[in-house]
Parts: sequence; structure tokens; C-alpha cells
Amino acid sequence: MWDYVKLIALGLIAVLAAIAANFARDLAYQVNAITVMLAAAITFVVLLRGVGEPKIVNKNEYLDGVVRAGVIATAFWGVVGFLVGVVIASQLAWPWLNFEFLQGIGNFGRLRPLHTSAVIFAFGGNALICTAFYVVQRTCATRLWGGNLAWFVFWGWNLMIILAASSYVLGGSQAKEYAEPAWHIDIWITIVWVAFLAVYAGTVMQRKEPHIYVANWFYLGFIITIAMLHIVNNMAIPVSIFGSTSVQVTGGVQDAMIQWWYGHNAVGFFLTAGFLGMMYYFVPKQAERPVYSYKLSIIHFWALIFLYIWAGPHHLHYSALPEWASTLGMVFSIILWMPSWGGMINGLMTLSGAWDKLRTDPVLRMMVVALGFYGMATFEGPMMSIKSVNSLSHYTDWTIGHVHSGALGWNGLITFGALYYLTPRLWNRERLYSLALVSWHFWLATIGIVLYASALWVSGIMEGLMWREVDANGFLVNAFADTVGAKYPMNVVRTLGGLLYMGGALIMCWNLWMTVRGQEAKAPVNANNAIPAA
Amino acid sequence: MELYSFLRATADSWGLLLMFLMFVGIAFWAFRPGSRKTHDEIASSIFRNEDRPRIENSAAGPAEPRNSQQTEA
Repeated sequence: MWDYVKLIALGLIAVLAAIAANFARDLAYQVNAITVMLAAAITFVVLLRGVGEPKIVNKNEYLDGVVRAGVIATAFWGVVGFLVGVVIASQLAWPWLNFEFLQGIGNFGRLRPLHTSAVIFAFGGNALICTAFYVVQRTCATRLWGGNLAWFVFWGWNLMIILAASSYVLGGSQAKEYAEPAWHIDIWITIVWVAFLAVYAGTVMQRKEPHIYVANWFYLGFIITIAMLHIVNNMAIPVSIFGSTSVQVTGGVQDAMIQWWYGHNAVGFFLTAGFLGMMYYFVPKQAERPVYSYKLSIIHFWALIFLYIWAGPHHLHYSALPEWASTLGMVFSIILWMPSWGGMINGLMTLSGAWDKLRTDPVLRMMVVALGFYGMATFEGPMMSIKSVNSLSHYTDWTIGHVHSGALGWNGLITFGALYYLTPRLWNRERLYSLALVSWHFWLATIGIVLYASALWVSGIMEGLMWREVDANGFLVNAFADTVGAKYPMNVVRTLGGLLYMGGALIMCWNLWMTVRGQEAKAPVNANNAIPAA
Repeated sequence: MELYSFLRATADSWGLLLMFLMFVGIAFWAFRPGSRKTHDEIASSIFRNEDRPRIENSAAGPAEPRNSQQTEA
């Protein structure tokens, strides 16, 4: 019965999407509508083929198929995102790479949001969703709630990525940083996210462990806060229901404040709280000892939640924002240093008594260096939020360098660590294919980040100093183009750093592939859980 | 008083105090006497249930009725 309802709904969606494609007012919207039509049609066929077959839900098994799919998607989108990053870094160093025939599609301005969204929401998002599903099942000792709703979350999120990516390059953007997707994609994100919350909270509520392990607190904090941020920041009225363009409900400084309240908390809750959930599970598991201090992890969580939400205004120093709001953002950013370092210390000290493992386990080494970069980025961030420092660093490459030492160092490396941890377990293999290749990945990634971050420190501080340099008469010494020219060597080094980082990720993909393909499966833990390598 | 001024005044007075006290309360709760045993227990919970969900009435203690197993058809 329920299947028929779904079939009717999917058929309707496909028809409506076809109508929308026909009446589309812009190309980005039209391509989106066709994509939705195809997705609905494919889902329709898949569902149709399974109608009437008994659905067996084995409550004695974890739902790991969706986690396996998430691991594949994470690795795939990671490489795509890094590749686009290398391309746009090259475009900055060698502007002729903005080819004339690709203007309006493949130039820096169109590819830049593609890169940021690919790495944050496609790579990071898939990593968060699949690890959340893995961790919540293990720590709650129960199967994911909601049957195949978890699969809806996975496919829905990846459909969103396709929609957003194709929309960006064709010009469908609402021009909000890290929230570029047009209004219709925002609605879809909301639906998928609510399903994610339902699966997660449903699983926690039917847990068989008496307590909720700290990783789940971080994941839940991340899911709920992102829902709130997304809805408030994307309050917009479409100009037409057949077009990508929309008008924000708020305007001027209010809109700017909401945007950076969103923007900074996307960092704070998507890239920090969510990934800390990962850290609090995978670091203790890989080190084979419980977290150093569970009390500290509670303080860490609540301090982060209470403080992060206020830090956004530091993105708007010396603007039309009221002085008090700007100062508030700065003060809370500096206070944030304490929980951040508390969390880092908690993660690192988990290794106390097991530091020798760093010599033999490159996966653990990766996680520990990720924590190191977390500490470094959360030291640098508060420093840059101080108004006088910000007057030098704002709009320069320093900011981009800071973001990348956090994103590549902390988010990237902890995700790679989690993927190395998960793959042999999910596919039921004895061990990773090659630890030597993990070491190669580790060193390529680390050297890549160091090159990238140091190049942009030099570039950013130079840029800031050149912009403010005045001669004896008070005239500016440098034209903007002078700073662009002076940044050339640093732009080349940054591209090289990105290349090394991407090379490491490619090695990881090969290693994970061979882990599954190059080894026989162990005796299956759960008979129908061990799917053959596909 | 207009809404903006009211929210503005609340945020840096009673609102701030309330949130600060909540945080201090949580901190005291985390460090309450006798919590160590509970926390050690939770911290080591990740080393259980690695391969399959906990099955009721097995080694892992009494089952709660609301979690009883079902196999849907």
C-alpha cells in the first residue's frame, strides 16, 4: 500500500519537474528541473521493481549498507573537491587558465563556490552523515531508526550536491557565501536534513545503552544547529516559482549579520562540532583506550555550544554593524580558545600511555596531526578576530590560509583517519591493504598543508601591509594590481600544496579500493550484512 | 519599549546571567561527587556492541520492554 503512495508521489514529482523545466526562466533552474525529473524517474523504476516483495528488517544487525555508500561518496567527492581546488588555485596563479570559451561556466568566479561546496558539503557532509550513522548505531547498540529513511538521507543529500553544483556553474547562486544554493535547493536541503535529524534522534531514543555517549551529543548539536542556521539564513522569496532568483527577506546590515551568524556557525557546528563527534569516537577506538577525561568532554561540548553561536560578528569588523556587536563577536571568539584547546588536549591525552602506537600506526598519526591542526586553527582564528589584527588580515589570503589549515588539516585528516578505520570493518576485511601507502598519504597531505598555509601567511600579510602603505603625503603607495603581481610566487606554492594534498587523497582511494578488492572477506559477522565487493 | 531595545537589554543582563548559570550548573553536575564511575562506564561503552546491536536478555543486562525486538514483514 505504502509503495503505491510512494510511486504516485514520485510520478507526480517527475511530471511537475518536467513542467517546471518547460516553463523555466533560466538555464540553471531548467537543468535542476531536468535533474529532479530524472532522479524521480530512476527512483520510480527502482521502487517499482521491488513492489510486493517482503521487506525484512533484521533488528539484530546494524544498517551498514548506507555507511558503505557514504564512505564511497566521501572519497569520491573529496577527490572532486580537491581537484576543483587545484584548478582554481592554478587560475589565480595563471589567469589565462580562465579560458575565453569557458567564460560564464569555468572561470574562477563560477568554480570557486563549486570548490567550497564540494569540499564542505559534499566531502564533509557525506563524511559526517556516514560516520554519524556508524557511530550512533555502535554507541546506542541498536539499528538505525526509520528503516530506509537513512537511505533517503544519503541519496537526498547527494542529489542536492548535484543540483547545487550544476546550478552554480550556470549562474544559479543567491550570493551568500557557503549558502549559495538557490531557494528551491534550500527547500530540498531542509527536507533531507529533517529526515537526518529524525533518523539520528530516533536511533538515540531507542538506544540500548543507558547513557548517550559524548560523540552523539556533538553530532546532535551539529544536526540541530545546522537546521536552525540554514532556515534562518535562507529566508527568501522567489521571484518566480519557475526561476532560480529570489529576494532575501532581510536586507542591509541585518542580512549581513544573519549571513555571518550562519557562516561562522557553519564552521562552528558543521566543521567543528560534527567532526568533534567523529574525533570522540574514532580517536579512542583507534588508540584502543577510552577518552582521556569524560568530564572534560562534557565541559567541552557545552562550552562550545554556549560560545560559538556568538562569534559570527567578527566577520564584519569595521562595517555598518554596531560596535557592540562587533566587540561581542571578538570577545566570544577569544573565549572560544579555551574549549577548543580543552577538546584538543582531551583528544591528544587519550593517547597517554599509548604514544608508542604513533610509531607503528599511521592512521592514528593522521588523527593526532588532525588534532594538532585543530589546535592551531583554533588558536589562529581567535587571534584574527581581534579587531586590530583583523584590520590587517581581512580580505587578504591570510584568511584563506587559516580556513585551509583548519579544513585540510583538521577536517580532512580526521576524515581520512575515519575512512581508514571504517573501510576494513565495513567490508569485513582483515586489515588495510597497505600501511606504507597510508604513510605516503600522511606525509603528502601534511607537507601539502604546510606549503599551502605558509605560502598564504606570507602572501596575506604582505597583501595587508601593501594595502595600508602610505607615503609621506598620505597617498596609497600600491595599486591593487601591484599586490596581485607580488603574490605570484605564493600562488604557485599554494597550487603545489594543493596538488600534494590531492595526490595523497588519490593514494588513499587506491589503498581503500585494494583493501576491498585485493583481500578475501573474513567470515561474515552478519550473513546478509557482508555484501560482496562491488 | 520597542522590541529591539528589549531584546538588546535582555541579552546582556538576565539572558546572560541565565546562560552563565546554566553553564556553571552543567559544570558542577559533571564534577559532582560519585560521577567518576558513571563517566568511566560511558567512556568505555564504545568498546562494546561493535558488530551487532545488543540482543535483549543476553549478557548485557535486563531488557526494557519498549525496546523489544520486532521483525517487520
